[in-house]
Amino acid sequence: MPQTIDDGRRAGVSSVADLDGFAARFAALPERLNGDAGLLRRGRYLNATCQFDIGGASVLLRIIDGRIAELQRNPSATPSADFAIIGEPAIWRRFLAADPPPGDHDLFAFLKRKELRVVGDLHPLMSHLLYWKGVLAHLRDTVR
Amino acid sequence: MNAPIEPVVGRYVHIDYAGRPYRLYFESAGDGIPLVCLHTAGADGRQYRGLMNSAAVTGRYRVIAFDMPWHGKSSPPAGWQDEEYRLTADDYTGLIMAVIDALGLDRPVVMGCSIGGRVVLHLALRHPRAFRALIGLESSAHVDPYYDTGWLHRPDVHGGEVAAGAVSGLVAPQAPAADCWETLWHYMQSGPGVFKGDLYFYGIDGDVRADIHRIDTARCPLYLLTGEYDYSCTPEDTLAVARAVPGAQVTIMKQLGHFPMSENPALFLSYLEPVLADIAARG
Repeated sequence: MPQTIDDGRRAGVSSVADLDGFAARFAALPERLNGDAGLLRRGRYLNATCQFDIGGASVLLRIIDGRIAELQRNPSATPSADFAIIGEPAIWRRFLAADPPPGDHDLFAFLKRKELRVVGDLHPLMSHLLYWKGVLAHLRDTVR
Repeated sequence: MNAPIEPVVGRYVHIDYAGRPYRLYFESAGDGIPLVCLHTAGADGRQYRGLMNSAAVTGRYRVIAFDMPWHGKSSPPAGWQDEEYRLTADDYTGLIMAVIDALGLDRPVVMGCSIGGRVVLHLALRHPRAFRALIGLESSAHVDPYYDTGWLHRPDVHGGEVAAGAVSGLVAPQAPAADCWETLWHYMQSGPGVFKGDLYFYGIDGDVRADIHRIDTARCPLYLLTGEYDYSCTPEDTLAVARAVPGAQVTIMKQLGHFPMSENPALFLSYLEPVLADIAARG
């Protein structure tokens, strides 16, 4: 059973609540990210909440001073985030694959093809772009 | 002390362009056919450090890399503080020709990457008899902007860090970590607004789609090399140029991205050396 800091649904883990198989990746994220000293230094002034939308499921990731303060799976119907990264499960699956092929290896490649979208206040994303790319790398099966 | 000293020599050349004086930094190494190397947007001539230290290249080519004004060790012209830097096709081609003239280079080979890969297409159209050959790395006729370049120059976002973040994924995953991060360091060192100003040429003013069919490779051979991991100038973008320009020779490079000469110099040289041999054999 994937461990999360909070699960808005708690009971009745469905395929949606299980984030189409991505729950384990997010559950492992705090330990991986908080153990990455270089990334923590890069994000030390960052305070922001990012929402990952995977089809009909969501994860809220709240960062305080570069560390994961909260990871909420399937939050309430009215989640509050600074920005969201939105895509269908099949797209996320390609993006998070180990050793992705050319064109599937970077967030901006998916944005360019409009397969992933970012919406909201992009300042926390763009001001800490290398940090967020590092977070996404930790969601991958293997970290470069 | 027997510390290694590279054969690379750096000097400054003074030119006048469009009525303004410029003091431009350039590095060179080797002897033989002049090979002028053009760096990418928001970077500088250090990207060609691998080429300058390759005896296989410098044995028959004089490799020259100059920093464009506003880049690297080439300062902006006097009065820059009251201007917004924007690179245009006219100024880019004009500055390159002015440097070639100032250095007294006779029919050099010009090799450029990204914006440099684009401008060689402009050079082929405007000055087809001036070059022994042209080499476009990550060369496209046009690229649609895919993010708001306004983020690259604003006081509440570190311009160097966002520029590095914007291009980091353009480096192939197989690049050695040291070369990857050195490539990104060059971006982090870029002056305020310079990367954004270069992208004006890349995304807007340098669009050459309507004209590339007029490039005559019989007068000026054209070689195109693009990394498979480049999603800015994609292999398909380069192949589209090749389809429009009869005689253009294309290589899609495995395990390389948008900065082949800088992100993985050794692997890039394995692709470049046959091209340089071909050019040298043409005489």
